[in-house]
Amino acid sequence: MKRENREFGASPGIVKFFIYLVLALLAVTILVPVAWVFVASIKENAEFYRNPWTIPQGFHYQNFVDAWQTANMGEYMLKSVLVTAMALALLVVIALPASYVLARFKFKSRGLWNALFMGGLFINVNYIVVPIFLMLNNGDIFLRKATGSPFFLNNLFILSLVYASTALPFTIYLLSGYFKSLARDYEEAAYVDGAGYTYTMVRVIIPMARPSVVTVILFNFLAFWNEYIISMTLLTRQELKTLPVGLMNLMAAQKSAVQYGQLYAGLVIVMLPTLILYMCVQKKLTQGMTMGGLKG
Amino acid sequence: MKKKRRSGFIIACTAPAVILFVIFMIIPTIDVFRMSLYKWGGYTAEKTFVGFENFKKLSQNPKFYQAFQNSVLLIVIVTLVTFCLSLVFASILSREKIKGQNFFRIVFYIPNILSVVVISAIFSAIYDPNQGLLNSVLNLFRGNKEPILWLGSQKLVIYSVAIAMVWQAVGYYMVMYMASMSNVPESLYESASLEGAGRISQFFSITLPLVWTNIRTTLTFFIISTINMSFLMVKAMTNGGPDGASNVFLSYMYQEAYTNSSYGYGMAIGVTVFVFSFALAGILNAVTRREEIEF
Repeated sequence: MKRENREFGASPGIVKFFIYLVLALLAVTILVPVAWVFVASIKENAEFYRNPWTIPQGFHYQNFVDAWQTANMGEYMLKSVLVTAMALALLVVIALPASYVLARFKFKSRGLWNALFMGGLFINVNYIVVPIFLMLNNGDIFLRKATGSPFFLNNLFILSLVYASTALPFTIYLLSGYFKSLARDYEEAAYVDGAGYTYTMVRVIIPMARPSVVTVILFNFLAFWNEYIISMTLLTRQELKTLPVGLMNLMAAQKSAVQYGQLYAGLVIVMLPTLILYMCVQKKLTQGMTMGGLKG
Repeated sequence: MKKKRRSGFIIACTAPAVILFVIFMIIPTIDVFRMSLYKWGGYTAEKTFVGFENFKKLSQNPKFYQAFQNSVLLIVIVTLVTFCLSLVFASILSREKIKGQNFFRIVFYIPNILSVVVISAIFSAIYDPNQGLLNSVLNLFRGNKEPILWLGSQKLVIYSVAIAMVWQAVGYYMVMYMASMSNVPESLYESASLEGAGRISQFFSITLPLVWTNIRTTLTFFIISTINMSFLMVKAMTNGGPDGASNVFLSYMYQEAYTNSSYGYGMAIGVTVFVFSFALAGILNAVTRREEIEF
């Protein structure tokens, strides 16, 4: 122990102190802005023109009422919950069987699809969001001529479908990695007992994959809940917005009307669900992250 | 019969995923490349094949060079700073006996779970020239002089964005590095300690070489995610302003392709960025190649 610090020429105590200081500095840099938003969300509008570090004079919960009702955040929250839930359900239902079959069954085009899904890991939605918009818009133009009413744009289900589809490569990569690691014995035993393919998959294999499925859901919950580029592009009607896009509107509106209180209350509404979730499952999240490598 | 059932099962399981993947990822990707060769503006069906005309126009546009410069600057700054910080903090948290180690790990990862819109709003509040947190702290040192326009000055804005990006990314890479550092056997450090190697030489002679493979992978991540993340941040925080001074690759692309409806031209930007990021990742990968060290 004594020798460890000779390069510093300093005593262990000072080195320890320095280490704690650095750690505390970073922690403060991260915590203070987040905590400040919470504090600011209960301030009255007039208080924002004074020193930003002052403690709020009272609990001005009217900000939350305003954000929820006047700024429509309640409405947007509902849309976000709907889209996130639908996208997660679609993703799990579609990706699980596909990953299982791609990992465990040998068939002709398997190599091709595995390679394509792997390649899909490198396609970021930011590049393809405009072509997706144009494709859906063309569909709408066609439908308007044929049936009179558009369908694809401004449709929460289609948005969920796009979310689920763009999450497929990473999800399949993660899940088939797990399925590949399973021993053949499980399926063979089930087949010997006379179970069919579907029964074996649903009753034997998928229950074993539950921890991986939870990881998939956690990551994609965060991704879908926080996403705003696709949502902004595909939902153009005012009343159909997800929370982050609604928040962006609030940010833009704040610049002209100066409704600081509402903005910070809106911020709290957007980040609270993710923060609570994170507090509950932080261990699983960081473990899962290193398991799956990277997304983003 | 059994064979038929088997292939029926395979098709039923893979078809939905394959169909969605083809419709919403493969076709749009092909479209990006195809459309970059057309002159196509607005909602009309009129498309004219122009070959590489869009790319030629692009190479003569100073706005594109501005976005290019900003992106490269961000890739360099954000990568270097985030890389150093996350590596140092990872090695502190995994090598030192620290009270509250778990607390620090949890706190450092928080920015990663926040929406980019939230982060942008937080940093807009920090950078606010009059009521902002940053200027109010700086005023303690420099008196009540002219407020600094962190997001309003053409010179500063890109650095302000860079700080927000580093803030967002440090925890993520730290957790990545911590995971691979935990695989380094303790016995190596013990014997190094016996030979009198201090913390810093242990870091350079043991930790760094043994997590090198992981570092190389993250370098590719850094490039790809800086290009994407800078778009998300800039779009929400400054929308490219003031006067295009903070535009990056993809925000410029989005502006041209979606807001201005010059689809062909926008997609040419997309193709250029795509090729650029892969080339850069390939070069970095080749430069950082070392013989792998087993432990």
